[in-house]
Formats: sequence, C-alpha cells, structure tokens
Amino acid sequence: MVMLASLGLILLCQLIGEAVVRGLGLPLPGPVLGLLLLLILLMARDRFALLARGPLRNDGVETASKGLLAHLSLLFVPAGVGVVQKLDLLASHGIAITLVLALSVVVTLLATVLTFRLVSRLLTQQDAR
Amino acid sequence: MKDDPFSLWVYLSQSPLLWLTVTLLVYATTDAISLATRRHPLANPVLHAMWIIGAFLLLTGTSYTTYFAGAQFVHFLLGPATVALAVPLYENRKRVVTSIVPMLVALIAGSVTAVVSVVLLAELAGLPRDVVLSLAPKSVTAGVAMGIAESLHADPSLAAVAVILTGIMGAIIVTPLMNRTGVTDYRARGFAAGLAAHGIGTARAFQVDEIAGVFSGIAMSLNALVTSFLVPLAVTLLVR
Repeated sequence: MVMLASLGLILLCQLIGEAVVRGLGLPLPGPVLGLLLLLILLMARDRFALLARGPLRNDGVETASKGLLAHLSLLFVPAGVGVVQKLDLLASHGIAITLVLALSVVVTLLATVLTFRLVSRLLTQQDAR
Repeated sequence: MKDDPFSLWVYLSQSPLLWLTVTLLVYATTDAISLATRRHPLANPVLHAMWIIGAFLLLTGTSYTTYFAGAQFVHFLLGPATVALAVPLYENRKRVVTSIVPMLVALIAGSVTAVVSVVLLAELAGLPRDVVLSLAPKSVTAGVAMGIAESLHADPSLAAVAVILTGIMGAIIVTPLMNRTGVTDYRARGFAAGLAAHGIGTARAFQVDEIAGVFSGIAMSLNALVTSFLVPLAVTLLVR
C-alpha cells in the first residue's frame, strides 16, 4: 500500500509540474519542477509533523524513488533504439556526427570539472585567511 | 492451425508485450554482463542493449513505431525518475548547500561549453544546417532536447539519438578522463558527468560513487533549465 501511494505521490508531483509548466508557458521541463516540488515536500515534512503520513512516513517515497533510480540506464534504451530510424543519415554523416559529439562531450566534461575544482579551491583559500 | 508458427509471430510481433519483454530481457542481460565486468566503462548496458535490439528489429523487419508501442512503458518512466532525483538530493542536502557556489559557476561554464562546442564543431565538419540544430541540445535529457529541437524546427528524433549517443560516450569516457585529470573530488566529477551526459552519465555516476551520483543528478536537472534558454540564443549567434 505504501509503495503504491509513494509511486502515486511521485506521479502527482510530475503531474503538477507539467500542469504548471504548460499553464504558465515556462521554458523548463515539467519533471524538473516536479523534482523541486517533491524536495520541498520532504523538507516541509521535517518541519511540520502533520505532513509525516502515508508515503512521507517510514521512508515510503524514499524507497520507491531509489527503486526507480536503481535502473535509470534502462529507461534510455527505447529512445536509443530510435537510432534504427536514422541509419540513412548515419551512413552519410555518421562519422562526422560521432566525432563532433565525442569531442564536445570531452571538452564539456573538462570545462565543468576544472571550473568546479578551481572555484571550490578559491573558496577554501578564502576561508583559510 | 495450418500456418500456425507464422501467424503466431505476426500476432506477437504486433503486440506491445513482445517488445516490452525484449527490452527488459536484453537490458537485464547487458546489465548482468556490465556487473560481471565490474562495471567496465566499455560494457555500458545501454549501448549494448541498443544495438542488440536494433539489429533484432532490422532482422525481423519490425518498424520502430511497432517496437515503441511496447517500449513506451519503459520510456514513460523517465519523467517519474527525474522527480525521484529529489530523494538523493534531499538526503545529501547539507553537502549540496555547502557546494552551491562552485556548482553554479561550473553549471554556467559547462552549459555554455556544451552548446557552443557542439555547434562550432558541427559547422566546422560541414554538417547540414538541420543536423547542426538537432545536435545543439545533445547534453540535456531526451525529453527536453526533443522539445528544444522542435521549437527550432529541427529534427526531434535525431536530437534524441544525439542525446543518447552523447550520454553513452560521456558515460564510457568519464572515469578514465577524470582519473587522468587527477581530480579526486567526487562532487566535481559527478557534476561534470551529469552536465555533459545527463541521465546516462548520472546512472554511471551512481555506479561509481553515491555522492557523484547526487551531484550528477543536480547537474542534469539544472542543465535542462539553462540549456533551454541557451540553445536558441547560441543558434542565432553561431549558425550561418
């Protein structure tokens, strides 16, 4: 029962997210707003005992979420198989597309990790002073 | 019962049940192999499930539309799984709050690099304009990238393929690349994985380290926001 209610709560957060995004014409994906909503609910539960019931009790929604995330890779398989529709394009431009994407992902990984390290180091130096 | 085996195949090959079963069983196998190789980057379960199922569809002459009628039940869970990222985020909130500044700066640097590098490289490679536009949102999760491609009048299904290819390459390359840079801070490593390679990078990050997974999930969500604004801007500035 708790499992069902927990899945229901996750879907409800997504549903509200999608509805708000559509209704207000926001340029962000509905599930991301749903994520924020669930986060706010979890934090509010720690403040207000009134909210700690059903899926928000005894790690209900926590367990359901971890179950979903345990097989996150699987969820990308159906979209990935869509590559069969693009074989003509891949035959003509496949090598160029693969190289462009590979180079871009390496550059992006490096830019992100090095910026993160640099800023976090600057901050610790500042704190030490 | 004269043409029994063939009519049974015709019936099954059109039913969602067969393709949902194929998706789950093939992935269960590739995931078991990945586990047996102690999560070797090249044994990426998505990559191998993708080509095995793709080859099976081509051999049996099954259309992607027929396949997707079954596989959509798995595809649908991408949305709820994004919402579920709230839980690891909540459980590690203290660490996240203390890293907020490096996260935000790295977010801007990473998103801009992701979009600008792919557009410039694609232009340099002389790819057609609609291909360039479809590759531009490749670092965000599939649903969001398809929406961005649609708003640019590019090809959403090509955008989805670019997203998956980027995710797989990012997931394969991230561990050896990061080891080579000498960065041992799993917050930074995870954040980069999620930013560059969205959910597939995040799945990889969770395999390596829980903290890396959390930061990867945050990067993936934040990048979805930033890239939605950034791609239309970059395209007007950079595409001929």
